[in-house]
Amino acid sequence: METKVKRTNNMRTSSKTVAWYILLIILTLICLVPFYIMIIDATHTNGEIASKLWLLPGAALLDNYHRLVESVPIWRGFGNSLFIAIAVTAVSGYFSALTAYGFSRYKFKGNKMLYAIVLGSMMIPMQLGFIGFYQLISKMHLLNSYIPLIIPSIANASSVFFIKGYTDGAVHESLIEAARIDGSGEFAIFNKIGLPLIMPSVATMSIFTFIGTWNNYLTPLILISDMDKYTLPIMQVVAKGVYKTEFGAIYTCIAISVVPIMIAFAFLSKKIIGGLTIGGVKG
Amino acid sequence: MLKKKNKVDKGKYGIYFVIPYFITFLLFALYPVIYTLIISLQKWDGISLNPAFVGLKNYVTLIHDALFYQAIANTLIMWICAVIPQMVFALFLAVMFNSAKKIKGKEFFRAAMYLPNLVTPAAVAVLFAFLFDWQTGAINKILLDLHVISKPVNWFLSEYSSRGIMSLISWWMWFGYSTIIFGAGLNNIPVELYESANIDGATHWQSFKSITMPLLKPTVLFAAVTSLIGGMQTFDIPYVMTGGQGGPNNKTLTVVMYLYNTAFQNSNYGYGSAIGYGLFILILVFSIITFKFINRNADND
Repeated sequence: METKVKRTNNMRTSSKTVAWYILLIILTLICLVPFYIMIIDATHTNGEIASKLWLLPGAALLDNYHRLVESVPIWRGFGNSLFIAIAVTAVSGYFSALTAYGFSRYKFKGNKMLYAIVLGSMMIPMQLGFIGFYQLISKMHLLNSYIPLIIPSIANASSVFFIKGYTDGAVHESLIEAARIDGSGEFAIFNKIGLPLIMPSVATMSIFTFIGTWNNYLTPLILISDMDKYTLPIMQVVAKGVYKTEFGAIYTCIAISVVPIMIAFAFLSKKIIGGLTIGGVKG
Repeated sequence: MLKKKNKVDKGKYGIYFVIPYFITFLLFALYPVIYTLIISLQKWDGISLNPAFVGLKNYVTLIHDALFYQAIANTLIMWICAVIPQMVFALFLAVMFNSAKKIKGKEFFRAAMYLPNLVTPAAVAVLFAFLFDWQTGAINKILLDLHVISKPVNWFLSEYSSRGIMSLISWWMWFGYSTIIFGAGLNNIPVELYESANIDGATHWQSFKSITMPLLKPTVLFAAVTSLIGGMQTFDIPYVMTGGQGGPNNKTLTVVMYLYNTAFQNSNYGYGSAIGYGLFILILVFSIITFKFINRNADND
């Protein structure tokens, strides 16, 4: 009797577990299949793509690729995006750490008020100053330049917030005092002792800054009008207009931007998801 | 004594560490916000050296502008149709990941569902525009093979399916993210609470309702408000998918698309700036409503 009850219970749990797995697999497929179709269709000719749904790769990848690079300088866009994303990540990482360290380690006049301004500025939607920003850049004769895409990232409020939270716990006063006794200047102490100690939080933030910059479409769209300086997302939208019926070329074009992100995610997923939850809980 | 003096002295150096931030903030963030406010009081094509001051005329036009209201409605409808399933799925999955200890490969499932969030929205828009293409797109082919539809559907002719596709993409991009955020919120709930509820004979549903829901409320609130702020600024996906038009019949035109088209396509910078400020006020009002809505539910319980 008792064993029978136990068995039905086991059966109930196992059928429940099966149901969970089915749900999870369906949702995972929904999330991954669009990418799968993108990769598979990048290897088929237009005729093939139009005729049916393909589940296995074809042989037309190189043809599609050559047709794509004939009229859209996609690697130029890739290089431009890469350059901007690396520059923004470096600038934002360094200055966010500097700012966070300043707020965390020094009790200067106005510390609390200025930090409140940093936090408050996170509430302002970017669109509010959008037109003013464009006109300012236009008056500074910096349209079609990467400077307005890179320099404003010195002031990255959410990054400062995140890194300051880490700095408060990671940098011990005794280490700084020891360096001071050795005669190091405050700025040198930050570079030699502070920055390495808070580097883990800078690295986590850098992943998100990099992806955010890599994915940004609207800001480069209004600032850049030279085809040579277009970023990858703009280049892709251009390709969508150029190759209205060249499906293979379009899928190849999207894959060039998406596949690197997928590869990076495969290696960094633990770090990325970990960083997400820290930000989420704190926010 | 000497050491103490030394310490106080060093405190002043902090200002030098934060100065670069504030110079950048004032020039590239605060000044543009103020400058946009000034432009919103002008009639300006962006080129002429003497923009005409028109006072509040742009704002008066704005509150009588049917297209502005249409854009607000579009943006809100597409956001709500995405955020509700997004939250429901995320809550369900997060609770499941947290309680079903036997499920293997949780990390993989979680990562796979989060992946769409990392991919360039503009690229996602191009991809889905082709996947939903009515003649050659994969979606129609799958639905035909499954006998869900009998002939190819031209999705972008109807406002309902156009908006539905935008919401679907947004759900697709964000439910995995919300699952992770909710999961972190659940981890902060002490296990002892569930254990003692279990001893008292509470069912799963009862402990979900009286332990999980109230304690997860701050996380849900955070997710809802950030989603609202992001949703009200939707631009990339509808813009790219509809070629900037917001078709059919402006039914997928979002507020930021309207702002962009007004200022950067039609060179009406004054009116575009007024739309920007209108959007800001909307986000403020809707955030307060969302906040009140979720907190009022707490009082009822």
